[in-house]
Amino acid sequence: MDNQMNTSENLYGVGALFKDPNKIVKVVEKLVELGYKHWDVHSSYPLHGIPKRMRLKWSPLGYVALILGLTGTLTGLFLTWWTMSVDYPLTIGGKPWFSFPAFVPVLFELTVLLASVGTAIVMLFIIFKFPNNQHPLHDTEYMKKVSVDHFGVFIEAKDELFELEKVKSLFNDFGADEIIEIAYDRNEVAFKPKVFDVKFISFLVVIAIITSSVAYLFNNKILYFPPFDFMLNQFRLGPQESSTFFADGFGMRKPPAGTVARNQEFYPFKNKPDEAGMKLVNPLLATKENLELGRNKFNTFCSPCHGWRGEGDSRLNGQFPNPPSLHSEKVRNWTDGRIYHVIMEGQNVMPSYASQLTEKERWAVILYIRSLQRALNAKQEDIQ
Amino acid sequence: MSSNIDYSIEPEVVEGQPKLNQINEAIAKPLETRPSWKYLVALGISSTMLLIGAVCLGFSFYYGIGLWGNNQPVGWAIPIVNFVFWVGIGHAGTLISAILFLFRQRWRTGISRFAEAMTIFAVITAGLFPLIHTGRPWLAGYLFPLPNQHRLWVNFTSPLIWDVFAVSTYLTVSFVFWYIGLIPDLAMLRDRTKSKIKKTIYSIFSLGWRHSNRHWHHYEMIYLILAGFATPLVLSVHTIVSFDFAVSILPGWHTTIFPPYFVAGAVFSGFAMVQNVLIVVRKIFNLEHIITLDTLEKMNKVMLATGMMVGYAYGMEFFIAWYSGNPLESFVFLNRAFGNYAWAYWIMVSCNVIFTQLFWFKKIRRNIVAMFIIGVLVNVGMWFERFVIVVTTLSRDFLPSSWDYYKPTLVDIGILLGSFGLFFTLVILFIRSLPVVSISEVKAVVKGSQPVHH
Repeated sequence: MDNQMNTSENLYGVGALFKDPNKIVKVVEKLVELGYKHWDVHSSYPLHGIPKRMRLKWSPLGYVALILGLTGTLTGLFLTWWTMSVDYPLTIGGKPWFSFPAFVPVLFELTVLLASVGTAIVMLFIIFKFPNNQHPLHDTEYMKKVSVDHFGVFIEAKDELFELEKVKSLFNDFGADEIIEIAYDRNEVAFKPKVFDVKFISFLVVIAIITSSVAYLFNNKILYFPPFDFMLNQFRLGPQESSTFFADGFGMRKPPAGTVARNQEFYPFKNKPDEAGMKLVNPLLATKENLELGRNKFNTFCSPCHGWRGEGDSRLNGQFPNPPSLHSEKVRNWTDGRIYHVIMEGQNVMPSYASQLTEKERWAVILYIRSLQRALNAKQEDIQ
Repeated sequence: MSSNIDYSIEPEVVEGQPKLNQINEAIAKPLETRPSWKYLVALGISSTMLLIGAVCLGFSFYYGIGLWGNNQPVGWAIPIVNFVFWVGIGHAGTLISAILFLFRQRWRTGISRFAEAMTIFAVITAGLFPLIHTGRPWLAGYLFPLPNQHRLWVNFTSPLIWDVFAVSTYLTVSFVFWYIGLIPDLAMLRDRTKSKIKKTIYSIFSLGWRHSNRHWHHYEMIYLILAGFATPLVLSVHTIVSFDFAVSILPGWHTTIFPPYFVAGAVFSGFAMVQNVLIVVRKIFNLEHIITLDTLEKMNKVMLATGMMVGYAYGMEFFIAWYSGNPLESFVFLNRAFGNYAWAYWIMVSCNVIFTQLFWFKKIRRNIVAMFIIGVLVNVGMWFERFVIVVTTLSRDFLPSSWDYYKPTLVDIGILLGSFGLFFTLVILFIRSLPVVSISEVKAVVKGSQPVHH
């Protein structure tokens, strides 16, 4: 305030204070008639009819709200559609993945949310250019009186028609209770924010230290305290752990005698390779799909020992004995059922692969082995 | 008043035609004087309640929700009752600030700020309960459709997720509405205060508002827009809360009357709460000429109307239970009135339907003590309404062998007490830190404050 000098070079404008709102109407009409551009009316509550008399343009906020609201609707529509029917489709209650009626509440809420918050942000930060506590009108006698019970008209010095004496006499003609000249604060005009200010840098450093220590504490300490560690400490036994509950001390239980678990297979040819070879028939056809499946499973489970083409060229570098080739006379003459038996039961050092492969996959692998055998021992007619 | 009676002239909403600066003084006074011992006692009581609630919650989270009375089949109990109750309390605020604004009811100006603040505090209190109810509130982030390492999304077809969206949108929009209304008042306080700290705080939050009519022009437009959005929003919120029940297939919950019935009940209980708190506030801070007896009488009329709507819904539920011919449905409703929780049902009916009929008498509508007592009873009744809906229905499900009787434990009661503690602590802190009445709105409706256009 002390730095304000009312010289013509830093004059911001002239304001007139009125006690009677009716006088404002007349001043406004006069200023519009004279063609002033940079002027304003100040009052601590909206005065009815003044914006209309000031010839202010219709507020665009309605259109802003409409556009933002529609954006909210479309965002919601995209979100619900993409998550529920594209990225992770779940069938719920037998309804279609894109069940629009069930998404309407979310669409509505997102519409309202985006429209309300967005319009408020547009008004405050784009139209009003807030926050603006550096405006020359702040902290003046003019503003203090306007915010209580006076009504102010203010003309800025940058207006083309502005002439100090003329404006003052105009205000006097309308019976202004007080006329106040307001100047820019020179210190504020000259102020420039510096990036490499010691205070500013230390402020950033303090913020960084606080943020990182809070993040560290949460992620590495607090999450391991009860009750947040409920996922780590559960009332269950891990594999191979002993139990204090059962008399025999085993944590892992055998199924009760005579029971069959859900989806448990019953293999009737246990220790009967020849019978399996005679009775089991491959149910799959050598379609492209089945061969693809077979190749995939063969490469995953069989090829580490049997080699990519089943030639017995193990990739295990002698950690496990190399198996014989699958292209021997013996294996080529085996029936599909006989190979199936080997997969089910294992042979020599080869363990059972029953738990790794489903029934369909086993037969698909056999189809693939057959195609490998055919490829490496092609007959004359195949070449033609 | 002239002798020619003109019925289009509304009675003055502010009594005694105060000068504009007197309005400033009267409303800013609580913010600038030292608190009286009564204020500190009130704050002490409410924060003690809050502390009790916090301790009970701490126990619940550390030892698990086995400390509550919830059992099989009553899995939704007091936390959900409290949630619905507090969301309902919030609805009166939006009704007063948005719907009455659209209807140009000028008497709302004296109470709108307070009612909006109560909306925000009630929704904050309500919003905690679904999280408390889960037992592991720190995992609540999964309620929002945020990308996560499990590559899972929320189920957008579930009413519980609609609830998350509705309540969080409601809180956000109410807050924006309230804050937009506060900006001119904060600017007024900024221009008025002599304390440097207060000035800095007010300057930050008033964003540099200059009382400019070029700004008021947009401001009035956004107020209208926000009121227009808040109106369907407030209806949608309790509708969606009622969907939590109505979309299920339990008899007693699966009814189409729930959305309008819940909304009416919410407005009913919310008005009772606003009326109760305002009676105390206007007395303590000498705001009787701004929050007038006429305003309170109008609120009582709203309570009478919504109370009758709620009463109609009670009757209609019974009628439909009989008319549908569904034996499960009629069993549930007979069980409500005459079964294991009959005591709760009759508390609900007498408080919500019978006592409010006293508001037909003008003398009772304008008697502060009588209306205060009825207001308290209404809130007791509305809490029990939610209790009846949630607990009675669950305790008698489809399978008689699993029927059980739910009894809240001390921890449950402590959490309920804590919710009142949280709400009243926020209210009590609010009335001494922000203007409880919208200064700019009240000024604008005082006689002689507007220019006469010829």
